[in-house]
Amino acid sequence: MDRRRLTNSFATIVTAVCAFTVVGVLVAILGYISYKGASSLSWSFLVETPKPVGEGGGIGNAIVGSLIMLGLASIGGIPIGIAVGTYLAEMGDGWFGTTVRFVADAMIGIPSIVFGVFIYALVVLQQGYFSTLAGALALALIMIPIITRTTEEMTKLVPKSMREGALALGAPQWRVTLDIVIPAAMTGIATGVMLAVARVLGETAPLLFTAFGSRFYNIYLDEPMASLTVQIYNYAISPFDEWHEKAWAATMVLVAIILVINILTRYVTRKKY
Amino acid sequence: MKKSANQSILSGDNIFRFALASCASLILLIVIGMIVVMTQNSWLSIERFGLGFLFGTVWDPIKGEFGALPFVYGTLVSSLLALLIATPLSIGVAVFLVEQAPKSLARPLAFLVELLAAIPSVVYGLWAIFVLAPLLRVYVQPVLQSSLGWLPFFKGSVTGLGMLTGGIILAIMITPIITAVVRDVLEAVPVTQREASLALGATHWETTKIVLANASSGIAGAVILGLGRAIGETMAITMVIGNRPKISASLFDPSYTIASVIANEFTEATGDLYLSALIEMCLILFVVTFIVNALAKLLILSVGRRTA
Amino acid sequence: MASSKTSYFLTTVLIIGLAILPACFSGRQGKGNVVKMQGAGSSFISPLMQKWVHEFGFLNPDVKIDYQSIGSGGGIKQTKEKTIQFGATDVAMSDEDLKSAPGEIIHIPVILGAVVLTYNLEQVKVPIRFSPETIVDIFLGKITRWDDDRIKADNPGVELPDVNLIVVHRSDGSGTSAVFTNYLSKVSPEWKQKVGEGTSPSFPVGLGGKGNEGVTGQVKQTPNTIGYVELAYAVKNGMPVAEIKNSAGKFIVPSFESVTSAAAETLNDTPEDLRVSITNAAGADAYPISSYVYVIIYKNQPEEFIRKTLIDFLTWGINEGQKHARPLYYAPLPEGMVKRASAKIALVSGGTTPAGTLAAPSR
Repeated sequence: MDRRRLTNSFATIVTAVCAFTVVGVLVAILGYISYKGASSLSWSFLVETPKPVGEGGGIGNAIVGSLIMLGLASIGGIPIGIAVGTYLAEMGDGWFGTTVRFVADAMIGIPSIVFGVFIYALVVLQQGYFSTLAGALALALIMIPIITRTTEEMTKLVPKSMREGALALGAPQWRVTLDIVIPAAMTGIATGVMLAVARVLGETAPLLFTAFGSRFYNIYLDEPMASLTVQIYNYAISPFDEWHEKAWAATMVLVAIILVINILTRYVTRKKY
Repeated sequence: MKKSANQSILSGDNIFRFALASCASLILLIVIGMIVVMTQNSWLSIERFGLGFLFGTVWDPIKGEFGALPFVYGTLVSSLLALLIATPLSIGVAVFLVEQAPKSLARPLAFLVELLAAIPSVVYGLWAIFVLAPLLRVYVQPVLQSSLGWLPFFKGSVTGLGMLTGGIILAIMITPIITAVVRDVLEAVPVTQREASLALGATHWETTKIVLANASSGIAGAVILGLGRAIGETMAITMVIGNRPKISASLFDPSYTIASVIANEFTEATGDLYLSALIEMCLILFVVTFIVNALAKLLILSVGRRTA
Repeated sequence: MASSKTSYFLTTVLIIGLAILPACFSGRQGKGNVVKMQGAGSSFISPLMQKWVHEFGFLNPDVKIDYQSIGSGGGIKQTKEKTIQFGATDVAMSDEDLKSAPGEIIHIPVILGAVVLTYNLEQVKVPIRFSPETIVDIFLGKITRWDDDRIKADNPGVELPDVNLIVVHRSDGSGTSAVFTNYLSKVSPEWKQKVGEGTSPSFPVGLGGKGNEGVTGQVKQTPNTIGYVELAYAVKNGMPVAEIKNSAGKFIVPSFESVTSAAAETLNDTPEDLRVSITNAAGADAYPISSYVYVIIYKNQPEEFIRKTLIDFLTWGINEGQKHARPLYYAPLPEGMVKRASAKIALVSGGTTPAGTLAAPSR
């Protein structure tokens, strides 16, 4: 009896230690970013476009660019990801489903630069110019497998009783899936979406070959588009301290944006009962 | 799925099924398309080196000699290391958040952990160079070397950069992913399971073990996500792993991953053989991911089945 | 339930509509006279390019030029693919590259840079000197300790510590590596045979850092290391820079004067197409690891406004633009090269080249 209680207490302590270690690392990293970047944060930093070294400048166009491409990528990526995940969970036991599952899982492991090069060859070279659309397509490809995997897992976890209850009431299969199963798995699906959003907002390499980058405010889909990560990359690889500080400050902004999107998503998908 | 007698071809069910299946086919098409294009473009290298590419240990773009083995080794070992560190850690965090912490503590903590996923990989790399590597070089590696230096894993010169650092930064990066998903999975296990176990006199921890076993499929999914991220990660790991294509047992020695070499050399690669060798690396990465994913799933599901 | 579903549906339609709306408009060549141009390539020249496009933009508000750093190889590739209007590269294109391009490409040197050796050896307070043979031996892995006899021979009277020497090189393909290995191949037949020169050399020893900033970071953080980086990175990070013995036998400090001198001394040997390597230049004051950065463009520019903008921009760059070089740690072009580059720019024409007259680059 005592040994079991001891194991229990031990387990509690161990998991608590895990949690606080991870949070500790987070605080260390966020603290470092803030320490390095806080001095560069200002209103003008948030709205101005980049300027040469020594002349100030900011990330306004990069913020807009990242958000536009994220929005476009999500419009394609989220529905497709959820659709494939649902398919795999509800009807994915045959050879087709297994193959798609394998392939989607392998997609998660592909370095994002490969997607960038693929879209470069498929879209940029055909059109003859770099464009926002190409960037959004590359990002969508990165998002889809992540959302697929989490959607499948979360949808599978919805208890069979819920499905059977609805079916027993005469609802057709598709209504059951759309109206009962997916909303029940919504928090889990939202987690997947959040992870995908965080992932693509932090990607640089695929955007370099597709959306290219710009120092102007652009909104058209057939022009190059600035993004936060490419701007951070440009600032970080330079030899100038002033630009390094801007890179850290831009990172703070990026993390803040993801935080806001996170909060919004959680609010929208909260369990209303 | 049985069709009832009066369901037509255009029934809601069939349209729905068709729509979903089309999306799934789209994914399959895209990936098959990518594989076909990659194979086409790497044909030059496949022809030239054949199977020897997989076992070659020399990577010399100037001389035109290419071999993938050190990179496969680097990818596998760094990802394995990252998983070894991150999986128990993440499961521990998830268990703490779902089973043990009071709600008021759990929600903000969970939020904080998810925030880790929000940090771009470039920043992880920079933090690793400026904070993690010196930390390891000054405090951790010497201790490991003096106490466990007789093991081949801890020999070699202590620079703070190398396989160990790479594995650790990867572990930090994939922890929020695995934690987030395991958390959701654990929360989805019905309360009745836990109550039944407790009612039978099990301790909190023993109940948790049962819940974990039940959730093993979901945990496997979480690990796949983390693994995928680890295998495909480029920016952060290339900044601290030392980028030396050499197989070495020591964790203190530099190494090189497939994703890193592709990202490092792709833009500058001129010459058809060079490009085609790099694209063949992409293909190999695909295959490695497939195999490792399958193994990881099998492992976790069998562990789950045994404990259930 | 129905009302929330309809509202979800309507919101989705609205969002998709808003997203598709910009697609109906094209931003490619701006309204009115606005000319948009993209350039890409060398990350080394990026800070200067950003300054140039910005300043030129002030003088010519109708011109919007973007420059993105994707590496010299990337600049060459995208120029060949015609996805950008001009490229910038630390390494001149090879003959094969030029032949495989869909049109004649000309090289215009626009600025000078220096690759320096920086190191982390806090015990030594004076700049360390290296002769070419010592550098080769270090990077071949033959010298593994800082108090090696060869380093001692280069630095008489300097107290060198008995610690191991760790090499740091570039892991990514880079023009900086190409310039450095070009120098090493010139001064050492052994290096030329064992490793050769190129953007992705296979170094026998050492850690690989990503980018100039990666190497700088690794050298700065790790004691007893030595690496090669562009001048600005070492200076801006407060790191020591080695003096290197040039072909005239003098130990030279990398500076604007010594780099421009290397270029000036090689003017007579510079071929017609201006592709030249100026490492290990003759001349008493030449810094041995200097290099040009080139802008590459097609000689034939059919679009009138692009042609005019390119000519104006490049002419401005090699003249007025040179005064922005030093504050950003680039060395300005020697006067003689400005003249020759101007002549090259004047060759950019708008007529169509008759088929089959792709001129082979002269030697």
